[in-house]
Amino acid sequence: MMEVVRRELLPGVWLRSVHTHKFKSSYLSMTFLVPLKQETAAANALIPSVLRRGTAVHPDLESLSAALDQLYGGAIEPVMRKKGESQCVGFLASFLDDAYTLEGEPILERAAALLGELLLKPYTQNGAFCPDYTAGERANLIDRIRAQVNDKRRYALSRLTQLMCREEAFGVDKLGDEASAAALTPRKLWRQYQQLLRTGALELYYCGSASPERVEGAFRAALEGLPQGEERVIPDCEVRLHAVPEPQIMEDRMDVTQGKLALGFRTGGITCWEEEYPALVLCNAIFGATPLSKLFLNVREKRSLCYYASSTLEKMKGLLLVSSGIEFDQYQQAKDEILAQLEAVRRGEIEDWELEGARRTLIGGHLSTLDDQSRLEEFWLGQAAAGLETGVEELAESFRAVTREQVAAAARKLELDTVYFLNGLEG
Amino acid sequence: MEYVDFPKVGERMYRETLENGLHVFVFPKPGFQKSYAFFAANYGGMDVRFCLDGTWHDTPAGVAHYLEHKMFDTPEGNALQKLTANGASPNAFTSNAITGYYFECTQQFEENLKTLLSFVSVPYFTQESVDKEQGIIGQEIGMIEDDPDWKVFTNLMGALYAHHPIRISVAGSVESVSRITPKTLYDCHKAFYCPANMVLCVAGDVEPERVCQIAREVLPREPGTVAQKDYGPQEPEAACQSLREERMAVSCPIFQLGYKGDAPETGEAGLREQLLGELACEVLLGNSTPLYARLYREGLINRNFSYGYDSVPGCAFLAAGGESRDPEAVRDAVESEARRIEAEGVDPQLWEQVKKGVYGGRVRSLNSFENLCIGQAQNFFAGREFLRFPELFADIRKEDVEALIARWVTPARTALSVIRPKGEEKA
Repeated sequence: MMEVVRRELLPGVWLRSVHTHKFKSSYLSMTFLVPLKQETAAANALIPSVLRRGTAVHPDLESLSAALDQLYGGAIEPVMRKKGESQCVGFLASFLDDAYTLEGEPILERAAALLGELLLKPYTQNGAFCPDYTAGERANLIDRIRAQVNDKRRYALSRLTQLMCREEAFGVDKLGDEASAAALTPRKLWRQYQQLLRTGALELYYCGSASPERVEGAFRAALEGLPQGEERVIPDCEVRLHAVPEPQIMEDRMDVTQGKLALGFRTGGITCWEEEYPALVLCNAIFGATPLSKLFLNVREKRSLCYYASSTLEKMKGLLLVSSGIEFDQYQQAKDEILAQLEAVRRGEIEDWELEGARRTLIGGHLSTLDDQSRLEEFWLGQAAAGLETGVEELAESFRAVTREQVAAAARKLELDTVYFLNGLEG
Repeated sequence: MEYVDFPKVGERMYRETLENGLHVFVFPKPGFQKSYAFFAANYGGMDVRFCLDGTWHDTPAGVAHYLEHKMFDTPEGNALQKLTANGASPNAFTSNAITGYYFECTQQFEENLKTLLSFVSVPYFTQESVDKEQGIIGQEIGMIEDDPDWKVFTNLMGALYAHHPIRISVAGSVESVSRITPKTLYDCHKAFYCPANMVLCVAGDVEPERVCQIAREVLPREPGTVAQKDYGPQEPEAACQSLREERMAVSCPIFQLGYKGDAPETGEAGLREQLLGELACEVLLGNSTPLYARLYREGLINRNFSYGYDSVPGCAFLAAGGESRDPEAVRDAVESEARRIEAEGVDPQLWEQVKKGVYGGRVRSLNSFENLCIGQAQNFFAGREFLRFPELFADIRKEDVEALIARWVTPARTALSVIRPKGEEKA
């Protein structure tokens, strides 16, 4: 039903092609994977947005938009993602599948060509990015960096990782910081862009009804002109086995009506490459990742200490992060209760329905990735960043054999590293 | 059970009206892992005043949403947990016009469907559980009131409409929900959760006949009496207030610009108006227009800018918004562009390309079972055949869209809602 092929088109340039007739659209992406670094994060984050403004052939937004409309309203979005300590920079695209065009005209080749054109043939002035586009997108990037504070739930989590991993690449935000963004000029950006083209590991992705051979042909043609000769390497991810000896407590104050409490744990070296990984995923699900979890049922529902309380894993970095929304004066009670729930998992106090419910949710959740083009792309990009070839079905299967004791053992490896509290203004 | 084919969008829909008046729609999806079921009542946040068995009821704002939360309580425990424990991902939402309960799962679909139909159709409220919910909903209200995107939109509705209950926040206020009692909930359930006022839409690799059979087994045999709704006096053509401003902790002003339309028509004419409304946005201020390019170039809008047509019984409007350092300038620019279109018409090339774009976007959106089922339910309640849009598309003319812009996009029908950053008050 679904055929997945991965092929190296050029040294360090890989194409993953998922062949299926399930969808009404085709889904494409082109992503550079580069090391996440303070010095280059803002520039890398800015590059796709500036590229998206115009190409040598379609020099402005109107002509690009017209080209996309001609392709039945296809969408090409610049995206910055973070997978472990890789900054993933590029474009995501979705087009009407060839099967649904009004006159049966093929779209894939034209779509891939447009994507390649955006990546490789930017609109330039005096041998660098156009100053107008650079200034406009730089202002947008700065706005986006500043706007991160608007979503308090995400903000609290991002502050937590920033503080917890301030000595590691992981602490760098995928958008970079405001000061570095403000200092970017068309020339500086151009140099970074050339660097990206020459040395970034390039992941290409397609999911749709076209055969892998046809897809390969379309992408090869689209990438004509990509500089060659230098090595392209997928970045590593540093994993710290242990938390700092005494958990750090950090607090910010802001004019908000609800407090946010976030807790960061190190997973004791369990990451997606380790044998215990399925047990850790199950542990996270039982502890805080589903509406059936201990955090949801006990901290939120039973004791009404939080409006929400949930946990997530950073599978490459080896972190488990808890996020919750609380009344300001419930800080201590909420924190104690969250830790008490973790203790219960560590002691193996896991009911059958908790274990089996979490297992079913995980298996179901993983398998349903196969039905969603955007989630599937995200999954495979994550696997590429981690250098893993495990597919969705195989991963889902790996949860079947995990035992209660293995879950508890994974929980016992968790070490609390940092506590972050977004508090209200004093008085 | 009969079926209809919609070959242009590659869908087949089975439909049946059960003896108790429930409308069932099934979209078979061979090859998909997940199945999705959506069970909805034609009852939403705006249906606060209604007549049941000869008595008029004025219910507190937020009751539909409150009811949605409380429906998950059953004498045997919480249905959300039951579904989750069985591997499903359940959830629910309340919009202005409808309340919908749904789940998706990759296994045990029939069992999950029975659970869904059962907990939604059997009310079970106690004083204790209703009181406890006050705390949870109070926190949820606190959280959304901190959300600038929610606030800016709610304020826009308040500015556009003088009487229509779309002005009322779906969640209500802490004060209004404190007036809700178990009796209020039983009354509202009786008034709107009867089979004749509900639909069940399913997408997945399922047997349509089985879906109907299960619905027959689980749901009440009697259709029930549907309450009569009252939306108050007729709305004036003009917006109630032209500008509404508020200050919150945001980094840059966010805004929503609204154009009050005429009350929507029912049936096919309503679906046609929906397409006209979408196309009007696209030719007036959509991504491909010269206006969009200019606003973007001048830094007045960024990639967050979004727009659309929306309607509920009794009102229809166009809205556009995002972040802007000068929302008034955006409003004025749209106003001039509308006058230019009125005088000169829409560029024929832009028209052709935008039509293709909107068409492709609509077809692509049907990839999502959620879009498919919710779209079918909403349109069915509004008396429209959702998947008939390809046929209607063919005979929409440029002049129709120009006429809609000339009629709706006028200063009198315009309202602007702005959330400005705190701490930038002028002295």
